[in-house]
Amino acid sequence: MSRPRIATVSLAGCFGCHMSLLDIDERLFALAELVEFDRSPLTDLKEVGPCDIGLIEGGLCNAENVEVLRDFRRQCRVLVAVGACAINGGLPAQRNGRDIGRLMAEVYHARPGLAEGSGIPNDPELPLPLARVHPIHEVVHIDHFLPGCPPSADAIWACLTALLDGRDPALPRPLIRYD
Amino acid sequence: MSTTFDLDGQPVPFQPGDTVIAAATRAGHTIPHLCWDPRLGPSGACRLCTVEVNGRPAAACTTRALAGLRVACQTEPLQQRRRQLLQMMFVEGNHFCPSCEKSGGCALQSAAYAAGMTGPQWEEFYPQRAVDASHPALWLDTNRCILCKLCVRASTELDGKGVFAIGGHGIHTHLIVHSPSGRLADSAIAATDEAAQICPVGAILPKRRGFAVPIGERPQDTP
Ligand code: SF4
Ligand code: SF4
Repeated sequence: MSRPRIATVSLAGCFGCHMSLLDIDERLFALAELVEFDRSPLTDLKEVGPCDIGLIEGGLCNAENVEVLRDFRRQCRVLVAVGACAINGGLPAQRNGRDIGRLMAEVYHARPGLAEGSGIPNDPELPLPLARVHPIHEVVHIDHFLPGCPPSADAIWACLTALLDGRDPALPRPLIRYD
Repeated sequence: MSTTFDLDGQPVPFQPGDTVIAAATRAGHTIPHLCWDPRLGPSGACRLCTVEVNGRPAAACTTRALAGLRVACQTEPLQQRRRQLLQMMFVEGNHFCPSCEKSGGCALQSAAYAAGMTGPQWEEFYPQRAVDASHPALWLDTNRCILCKLCVRASTELDGKGVFAIGGHGIHTHLIVHSPSGRLADSAIAATDEAAQICPVGAILPKRRGFAVPIGERPQDTP
């Protein structure tokens, strides 16, 4: 019988939620027995395929984030918003009061110490930033929210094991944290 | 004549003039709330203390206790309502707990933990009000204000300074400072005033005292 497939991704994230996933420590061996990893920063797969569970870290800050999120929604049966950024934009959403054009100009053009002629990168290869950072549920349907900045390893483990058992991953109070 | 009402099947004694929440709290029960303080007049703003009184929803902080009332507090439909109210309060402000100095000691956050709130279901409003850091000892971030009016009432009812008020309409309702410039520095507030300390969230904070309590030892941390 084939094992359940899990995909993971970091959008406008810091990879901290993935580090917290790794914090389940030896339980990673148990997880490796239970599941197969699809696209993830921990595997080499470039595209997400049909999966049972998708874990999304980070909010949406640019066009590529939106595209990848939509791919995940198409392919994953259950999508989990992992961490404060995916849930409400998180600390990156503190840029929402500022004009993105001015922010880019301040960093790439007007900042002291830049080489002569530095300007805002404009290669089409680069994804354009969105005017504001958004939580992922504003773009696709999200099945479960796993709060925390990051969620603790125990919270991630409780959520994963519940989903793999076909249970509702409702967290007990001590595992719910937003900070 | 009986001088008790029924709260989730338990008799709660009350005194004449008591509200449901005042009597229940004195008797050792917990009714979730954010804008109520026994020292101040009622506000009825947060709606978190909504209970069912004889089958109808009512705010426990503005409902007078009466002999024989049947009050339900811990029911699943009420708990679900509380989660929704809390979600509304979160999306209305910029509640980025990971960098808020009130985290771990915040009534809004701990009410949301207790209600089992994990994520929002509505769009974020992302207000962008300027921080007021003009006062030497205090600072004000109204993007975290839940309009509970505890500061407004503390400042009018306890010390008579009347430093705070509520201005604007609808979603643009916000806290304002009574001073010629509208800035905290030009008001009569002192850091020792109850109005400066009563804020249940991270909207009114003391300066130069943040992140002083280790995680695990903060007032709302669970073991
Ligand atoms: S005020 Fe409370 S809920 Fe809001 S960000 Fe601060 S800790 Fe979180
Ligand atoms: S500043 Fe704090 S105390 Fe005053 S109304 Fe806002 S949340 Fe309530």
